[in-house]
Amino acid sequence: MAAPAPGPGVDGPASAALLKAGRFFSRWDESDDGRVVFREGGRQGDVFYRDRWSHDKVVRSTHGVNCTGSCSWKVYVKDGIITWETQQTDYPSVGPDRPEYEPRGCPRGAAFSWYTYSPTRVRYPYVRGVLLEMYREARRRLGDPVLAWAEITGDDEKRRRYQRARGKGGLVRASWDEAIEIAAAAHVHTIKEYGPDRCAGFSPIPAMSMVSHAVGTRFMQLIGGVMTSFYDWYADLPVASPQVFGDQTDVPESGDWWDATYLMMWGSNVPVTRTPDAHWMAEVRYRGTKVVTVSPDYADNTKFADEWLPAQAGTDAALAMAMGHVVLKEHFVDKTTPFFADYIRTYTDLPMLIRLEPHDGDGDSGGLVPGKFLTAADLGHAADEDAWKTVVLDEGTGEPVVPNGSIGFRYAESGKGRWNLDLDGVTPALTMAGAPGAEDEVVEVLLPAFTAPDGSGDVLRRGVPVRRVGGHLVTTVLDLMLAQYGVQRAGLPGEWPTGYDDAATPYTPAWQAEITSVPAEQCIRIAREFATNAEESGGRSVIILGAGVCQWFHGDATYRAILALLILTGCMGRNGGGWAHYVGQEKCRPVTGWISLANALDWSRPPRTMIGTAYWYMHTGQWRNDGYSTASLASPLSTTRADENGQHTADAIALSARIGWMPFYPQFDVNPLQVAEDAVAAVNAGTAPDAATYVAEALHDGRLTAAIEDVDAPRNWPRTLVLWRSNLMGSSAKGNEYFLKHLLGTHSNVMGTENPAAPRPEHVRWHDEAPEGKLDLLLSADFRMTSTTLLSDVVLPAATWYEKHDLSSTDMHPFVHAFTPAIDPPWEAKTDFDAFHLLARKLSDLARTHLGTRRDLVSVPLQHDTPGETAQPGGRVTDWRSSGRPGTPGRTMPVFTVVERDYTAIADKLAAVGPLADTLGFTVKNVTYRLEEQTIRLARSNGVMLGGAADGRPAIDTDEKLAQAILTYSGTTNGELAVQGFRTLEERVGKPLADLAEGSEERRISFADTQTAPVPVITSPEWSGSETGGRRYAPFTVNIERLKPFHTLTGRMHFYLDHDWMLEYGEALPIYRPPLDLHRLFGEPRLGPDGSSQVTVRYLTPHSKWSIHSEYQDNLLMLSLSRGGPVVWMSPADAGAIDVSDNDWVECVNANGVFVGRAIVSHRMPAGVVYVYHAQERTIDVPKSEATGRRGGIHNSVTRLLVKPTHLIGGYAQLSYTFNYFGPTGNQRDMVSTIRKRSQEVTY
Amino acid sequence: MRVLAQLAMVMNLDKCIGCHTCSVTCKQAWTNRAGTEYVWFNNVETRPGQGYPRRYEDQDRWRGGWTLNKRGNLELRTGGRLRRLLGIFASPVQPELADYYEPWTYDYRTLTEAPLGDDFPVARPKSLITGEDTKVTWSANWDDNLGGTSQLGHLDPVVEKVRRESEEKIRFEFERTFMFYLPRICEHCLNPSCMASCPSGAIYKRSEDGIVLVDQDRCRGWRQCVTGCPYKKIYFNHRSGKAEKCTFCYPRVEVGLPTVCSETCVGRLRYLGLFLYDADAVTAAASTPDPQDLYEAQLDLMLDPSDPAVVAAARADGIPDDWIDAARRSPVYALAKTYRVALPLHPEYRTMPMVWYVPPLSPVVDLLSSQGHDAEDRATLFGAIEALRIPVEYLAELFTAGRTSTVTAVLRKLAAMRAYMRDVTLGRDPDPSIPASVGMTEESLYEMYRLMAIAKYDERYVIPTAHAEQAHDLEEIGCALDVEDGPGMYESGPFGEASGRPVPVAVETFHALRQRQTSDAPPGDLHGRVNLLNWDGNGRPEGLFPPPKDAAS
Repeated sequence: MAAPAPGPGVDGPASAALLKAGRFFSRWDESDDGRVVFREGGRQGDVFYRDRWSHDKVVRSTHGVNCTGSCSWKVYVKDGIITWETQQTDYPSVGPDRPEYEPRGCPRGAAFSWYTYSPTRVRYPYVRGVLLEMYREARRRLGDPVLAWAEITGDDEKRRRYQRARGKGGLVRASWDEAIEIAAAAHVHTIKEYGPDRCAGFSPIPAMSMVSHAVGTRFMQLIGGVMTSFYDWYADLPVASPQVFGDQTDVPESGDWWDATYLMMWGSNVPVTRTPDAHWMAEVRYRGTKVVTVSPDYADNTKFADEWLPAQAGTDAALAMAMGHVVLKEHFVDKTTPFFADYIRTYTDLPMLIRLEPHDGDGDSGGLVPGKFLTAADLGHAADEDAWKTVVLDEGTGEPVVPNGSIGFRYAESGKGRWNLDLDGVTPALTMAGAPGAEDEVVEVLLPAFTAPDGSGDVLRRGVPVRRVGGHLVTTVLDLMLAQYGVQRAGLPGEWPTGYDDAATPYTPAWQAEITSVPAEQCIRIAREFATNAEESGGRSVIILGAGVCQWFHGDATYRAILALLILTGCMGRNGGGWAHYVGQEKCRPVTGWISLANALDWSRPPRTMIGTAYWYMHTGQWRNDGYSTASLASPLSTTRADENGQHTADAIALSARIGWMPFYPQFDVNPLQVAEDAVAAVNAGTAPDAATYVAEALHDGRLTAAIEDVDAPRNWPRTLVLWRSNLMGSSAKGNEYFLKHLLGTHSNVMGTENPAAPRPEHVRWHDEAPEGKLDLLLSADFRMTSTTLLSDVVLPAATWYEKHDLSSTDMHPFVHAFTPAIDPPWEAKTDFDAFHLLARKLSDLARTHLGTRRDLVSVPLQHDTPGETAQPGGRVTDWRSSGRPGTPGRTMPVFTVVERDYTAIADKLAAVGPLADTLGFTVKNVTYRLEEQTIRLARSNGVMLGGAADGRPAIDTDEKLAQAILTYSGTTNGELAVQGFRTLEERVGKPLADLAEGSEERRISFADTQTAPVPVITSPEWSGSETGGRRYAPFTVNIERLKPFHTLTGRMHFYLDHDWMLEYGEALPIYRPPLDLHRLFGEPRLGPDGSSQVTVRYLTPHSKWSIHSEYQDNLLMLSLSRGGPVVWMSPADAGAIDVSDNDWVECVNANGVFVGRAIVSHRMPAGVVYVYHAQERTIDVPKSEATGRRGGIHNSVTRLLVKPTHLIGGYAQLSYTFNYFGPTGNQRDMVSTIRKRSQEVTY
Repeated sequence: MRVLAQLAMVMNLDKCIGCHTCSVTCKQAWTNRAGTEYVWFNNVETRPGQGYPRRYEDQDRWRGGWTLNKRGNLELRTGGRLRRLLGIFASPVQPELADYYEPWTYDYRTLTEAPLGDDFPVARPKSLITGEDTKVTWSANWDDNLGGTSQLGHLDPVVEKVRRESEEKIRFEFERTFMFYLPRICEHCLNPSCMASCPSGAIYKRSEDGIVLVDQDRCRGWRQCVTGCPYKKIYFNHRSGKAEKCTFCYPRVEVGLPTVCSETCVGRLRYLGLFLYDADAVTAAASTPDPQDLYEAQLDLMLDPSDPAVVAAARADGIPDDWIDAARRSPVYALAKTYRVALPLHPEYRTMPMVWYVPPLSPVVDLLSSQGHDAEDRATLFGAIEALRIPVEYLAELFTAGRTSTVTAVLRKLAAMRAYMRDVTLGRDPDPSIPASVGMTEESLYEMYRLMAIAKYDERYVIPTAHAEQAHDLEEIGCALDVEDGPGMYESGPFGEASGRPVPVAVETFHALRQRQTSDAPPGDLHGRVNLLNWDGNGRPEGLFPPPKDAAS
């Protein structure tokens, strides 16, 4: 301890001397200048933290929340109490030269344990006091739960009393016995009185907890109830995916971004919405991958971009069309890029021949329009399936050729071994220009365009080269594409752009600049880079797409314009290339086991599944407030050849249901149990050949009416609704206030009134007084108080994700992993599994008195990936009702089936695998898996049930056993089934496929395996990509590499869609359609400030950084890191226009309702747009609104449903219904809202 | 030369997605207790922005860190120690709660318990300090993603500084938007001004790994450390009356586990490893006259663990071989010293901070992108460094006391890595002139790429375990008697202060755990609250179950 040496030191000598003196007695080690204290040992003061870190055990679980993370977590437990969580890091490696999946997680997941003991935890069953009192009284007096329920709901005054109390507090504790008894009685009464199709259930996103989803769905399907869809309802379904690929959605795992060499993020804010995956995007840049973002605001992901294309909200398709213009011109016209040309010949419909037909619209000078695909039937081939075989022109001979692989080869006996993409040496001509066999001939075609901001259409005249084949004037899809995109070729007539800089003519780079604000030069350069990269890298340009593009009314059209870029450049079906659609695209990897057991296909078929959008649009009365007709959307070239033109949307939905396109429930104005009895009686009496024909005739002669045609009549209302794993009323309910008003019958903030001048439906009956309070029972299970539980009549306390066994998977990574309870459910919470078993047991008991065994007439539409999708050749609309004759079930109308239901055996069946698993197998995507051996194996591992209706059948009476059954019955998790499925498929395709899974026969992933560590899945025909040999999953690699057709009309990826309605609405080809003009459609104010204290803006609802939908938005940790309550992001310009400062309270108002929140003013926002984060609920810091004086709404209080008619198409190849696969989207992005500054003194 | 080992962290800001997972996992593990509601050992700031606490970088106001006095000696910015000792009973200069934020919770219970009324029940915000209704006007992360920045961004001290040079450099306009995230923990400095500020000697630096800790027993709550730390990473626990800070998760790193914030970092941007440094040279380095030279001076302290002389000296100073080996494999050494891409935060504070940052790239501005460029020209594919949106002056004010050339050199290396690797990825012949242009070899550039992009777990975290045989006294030996007036009463320190109340850690721990889950009930309504953490499963503590009245009555 010498005195500080001269030179650098601390302070001065006096102070140093004093310090020395003061510390004379201290025992620690200092630096020589007394600047730093070092200490070793004797660290009593540290023990606090050491103690705090200690814990007793760590349990693997995850979060069953509706995100696609599927992250495996370590849950720490101390003294039997969950303390906190951190991410697992033990994912199997993806290879030595790649980053890994560890750690997966996000701040929301990290905050989950807060819920376990939080004051918002639902700890006991609750029932609304008003209802409970009435129920107890009636139950005591009548001695029967079902009679008690019947009395209360049969008395309008009583019924309305508890309905009006919904959402207003007054929940009181009840016992599980009592809560379950009420729920069971409501179901038994509804089935008996109105029919099982008046019982609905909603539980989204099976992949986030398959067992919990499956057990409730299984219960619903066993009783004949209706499960409503979520993927399309959420507008997360990219309808373009089935349209183009014939597949719902199939996307690369995020680890495959690492393979990309050009990466665009288009309307997808990866760091926020794919938080655990974002690192791949950041890391791949270091490999030399260029990153480009397209976003109207400076989104989080823009930070990682090399370039940012700030396209104005909703105009993305204009940018994509212009990029397509550049790619088509530079790679298909100015020169031919062989890599692209070879690709599109084999894998796309571009060489297919399209018939040109005279345009018979009035007021036009005739001219030709593109019509239908030329088929073998047009060339005189006579078999039924020939109407389903498309045609190309052989470039060598100039003769038409019917190539393998179209849907005509998929189901017919004659197609066996020929459903493949092998061109057998034929080179299809991509264009009719210069094709051999005839002189070049050119014609002018009329093409629709929607370039005006108000969405109205006009007509483009552009020439195409043509041929005459079999008496038909035809051209190729590529020729039409070039015409559509305005890419001029020598010698063609018509109006063409003068160059890239022609701003007046669609779809040039200069034209898009005026719409999107993206400079033309930037558009050209990015398009060039994108295509050049694809050429050099063999298709490794990727576009990540998301909600910012998908959730618009015309999101499907925009997607097709973007997908066109990827398909033209040979990027689909490549590792590192193609589309990556990321919104709501969760992937239940063990799909066969999950979907079959969830739908109870082992006991009875078919299940009742419903398109959510149409269900809520009709049953919440939103159709009554719909002021537009389908005519406002139609092509300027629309003809009246299809009678639906100009219909009210409700009529379009009714037509779609009537002719077998889409489902609708309830089915008829009569209880389907009664219909089945009548039908069987008629068959037995010899008055009908079969039950289906009986129904067709009864519908024809009016003995039966479709329920949708009088949807507001009390007998056609949905009566019970079960919500679990979901927060419908606080999150996804677009038009939330209409739900409150019409479905639930409580107070609402609806401000618009039904406009008497608005068009009324023709075939859906109008009641002058709109019904309020349709539902008799709203039952929900949750672990936290949400807008939904607040509105529910009965609330069940659910176990959290750290308190149960379950399975999780996603498409973002290739693993399946487990939920494991860290603690038992505390207080009176129970797992969903246990709750539904209790409900099933009670219902079975009550059924002994009230139901017994009944027959049920089930109506389902024509389904995709079944022969039903070839029911309506040519995609022509034929309404049996206008023919004057009954329809043909399964062809021109739905499929009708009689199902027997023993209502006393529901609980027994719920707990065991039924016999149809062995006798019929389980079918996914038209591949049937034979399961006899697997069932025996499952019986051995799970044991069998003894006694009852399921005597001797494999047990699935615990959540672990159900998980085991799901894994056993799926190819991805049972190698034996994967190989078996591929062998089955080989017979149809005629190409080797089984080698993709061979060698995996012994791999049977058990539930215990998934509890040990995340387990990679096996390549299986259930999905379109290959993971064989440890490669990363990318969709459609099997199609591209093995010539297995896409599940489409042509068997190839589609640019052209020739269904009547696609032509009617002008969307046969990729096209730009502007955001809806809500001023024109609904009389909402025009966009912009109006000089007063309000400004009208686009009301966008992107996903929040601080929640996963509504989950976590009430979490104290998330609230502390954000603004602590509901917010509205605004630009400084819009805020300035109404004198709003950061954190001021504002109100977003339109006819649908009001949202109250605080403004976040930021220059990262463009003017004219506000962001109201998706799923901000009304539970946290929401004051009363000035607009209505009532509690402000959720984000969806300002939205409403708008149904796009083309999403209702069915019965036509890939445009056919499958649950969650194809159906109308509940899009909400086109909304506009008026923003007002409000009084800053709020009241609650 | 005296060789010491220092555990350090590098954060690659270029990979940070601003998700705040680090903040949440840290808070859940360490500070979700009464008294630390407002405390985030780890926080993430959006820059430009004011940070947490607000404007903590404004040392003219907060007086943190060191300056050089007239003699060229280091002096705390609050003044020489003599002056500070004389003023010890005056309130220290330190942020008030409002500069952090007033923590709050909500009346959640009303959602379940509201009686039948005429509208939706709603949970209102309640102050965790007063228990009263409150309005939320600031939070731990208020200006996240540039929220409010068009109005408040000018208060960012770095913005102020850059604008002093040129008003034009930063404008809060849509077209010129830029942002990045800055995650922050305690810097575990080599020259910690917090430690030098503590009158009680309660703050110390662990000799074996350099972690800076507050001895909870010795802390008397003077709060001088809060002032002294220019990063404002020491917090005052208003319940215990003691200072608390990031512990570098020593209970984890001692057994070879990464810190919670590192292991849970979803962006995979954190690296942990050892430096060997010359403790005898720290004062001289920290006294470097020109603040812009401090980065180099700090870098010079870091000894080459492959140098035999260093190894010999380290051994002589008692550093075990496995630690020396870990230092050789240290990713933080590689990023900071070998590749020179990681920079210290605010070296001008002269604390020699040991959390290093790789500055972020950003998109080019539209001005450049609207000009036509050859798509495959590597010079333009990724944009010129000069055209990036984040003004290099802004980054330089954070990491090099304003010397832009250092920052530009780092960004050039990142760009060169991308350009070079693009050729490799596409199977072209790699171009050796690219690494050469930034003073690197092909091999070193490739190695840097692997460390930054592939970044496997065991390459990100190279943490030697503690030598338990040396850490002989990790338990609370004899401390039970060390309470005030107890026979083993802890010595009062050189100045005889007695205003703090030393409480044995075991006692503190017990109470702290009892207060966990502070959101369980609104404050002011603590009666009957029970925390399950401390419930042993026996009996029915009051408040654990609702009163046994009939719920339906």
